[in-house]
Amino acid sequence: MHTSELIAQVLKVLAAGLLLISFALLSGRRTQQLITLFAWQGAILFVSTGLVAYSSGLTEMYYSAALTLILKVITLPWILNRLINRLGAQWDSEQLVNVPVTMLVGLVLVIFAFGLAQPISSMATTVTRHTLGIAIAVILLAFLMMITRRKAVTQVIGFLAMENGLFLAATSATYGMPMVIELGIALDVLVGVFILGIFFFQIREQFDSLDLRHLESLKED
Amino acid sequence: MRAISFVRQFVEVVLAIAIAPLFAGWISQCRAWMQNRSAPPLLQPYRMLRKLFLKDVALATNASVLFRATPYVLFGTMALAAAIIPSLVTDLPLARVADSIALVGLFATARVFLSLAAMDIGTAFGTLGARREMMVGFLAEPALLMVLFNAFLLFGSTSLPSLVDGYRTHPSVIDPSVIFASIAFVMVALAENARIPIDNPTTHLELTMIHEAMLLEYSARHLALVEWASSLKLFNYACIGFALFFPWGIATRGEDGLGSLLIAIAALIGKLVIAGAALALIESLSAKLRIFRAPEYLAMAFLLAVLGLLVHLLLGA
Repeated sequence: MHTSELIAQVLKVLAAGLLLISFALLSGRRTQQLITLFAWQGAILFVSTGLVAYSSGLTEMYYSAALTLILKVITLPWILNRLINRLGAQWDSEQLVNVPVTMLVGLVLVIFAFGLAQPISSMATTVTRHTLGIAIAVILLAFLMMITRRKAVTQVIGFLAMENGLFLAATSATYGMPMVIELGIALDVLVGVFILGIFFFQIREQFDSLDLRHLESLKED
Repeated sequence: MRAISFVRQFVEVVLAIAIAPLFAGWISQCRAWMQNRSAPPLLQPYRMLRKLFLKDVALATNASVLFRATPYVLFGTMALAAAIIPSLVTDLPLARVADSIALVGLFATARVFLSLAAMDIGTAFGTLGARREMMVGFLAEPALLMVLFNAFLLFGSTSLPSLVDGYRTHPSVIDPSVIFASIAFVMVALAENARIPIDNPTTHLELTMIHEAMLLEYSARHLALVEWASSLKLFNYACIGFALFFPWGIATRGEDGLGSLLIAIAALIGKLVIAGAALALIESLSAKLRIFRAPEYLAMAFLLAVLGLLVHLLLGA
């Protein structure tokens, strides 16, 4: 009884850490730093999934925790790091418009997400039901990150962070999705990053920069 | 029984006033070590104060009463704040007068007086420093209040001594909101005490200084009092932090013996040593922000504190 209480407490702390990293992703300037933060987000997700697996005794959850570790903590950050090294973009920093305002918008999103999750989590029975609000907040913050960014690489990081949020939502509401679906999503994300990596090179070839503003004009002036 | 708590209150205030310069000295010593410089002796701040008290005051010709009174007001408010904050004991007769919202007001009073005094002489630097100080202050204050609200929500009281007493009754608190609040508190404390991400306490470079710019016109005993008050302010912030997040060792209500007081003093000194080293580490690792990045930094602190509140409400206790 006492250990399960402790696990629930630790899970809450981990979920709060995920939210913190989401805000750090929103305000970070250097691409390298964002990739490190993304890897940390994956690591927290791995630990919390492992804990949920331990407390619920579901073998499937151990597999999805292992999948998180391999894919989100090791493989994807490695691929992204290689990509930005090859693109020579590792010291790139982005001009962000008005970070305080972005932060306040993020805060409003968090309040919205918490309000949205309240009725759902009151019906759920899982040990992590309280973290559903945080999961939705992480998804919305990743959306916000994709909106405010202009560089291709950082938008992809936002996309991956959103996937982390969805994964957290799945574990917190229903102890994870069926293994087949999880494997499918993992494969999708991996292939997606590969394809987007090819896109990076194409975009740079065309416009000599990774700034997505250039994609908005239909023809050259 | 009543008399003894007044005695303990007196001991606490005197100890705070006495060791505040020592704390500042310890921080500058740690900083020097971390930056591979030879460190000034630990007692350097006291020698500085003695030297300043022995000198004669040089006043600007157009200095008003406000300018001359401000050092005493600063020192007085900081000493009063030290009386409210439970650094050693929680059974403080004076603490009943003011809760921690009033404490924030006390810090604000000191800030207003210092800024007005800096503008009083009419030099460009004084005005510049005062304006910057007010900007930082008005952004830092809501963040500090939000940090305090986090603790209030957790324990249902706005007075710091009863928060510390509350910690004893629920010993197993690892609330996620505490993490957010503690990070926000460190950020606010750095900004409020003119520490490195916002201001460099050792600089005299015109374009970057905030706190020092306000003190340029002060000399001798006035300067000594202002310096002493600012080290006391740093000490007070450290003690607020200990009361909110690490209240171990503080003698709670009912522990009246001399032994518990000695334990409290030992615990306080141990915590101050660690906190000073940590502060020096933060200062050595981070670069000073441009003044226009300061709102961003403080908005971050405010945001973290509000997130702490939200997380507390959502995850429930």
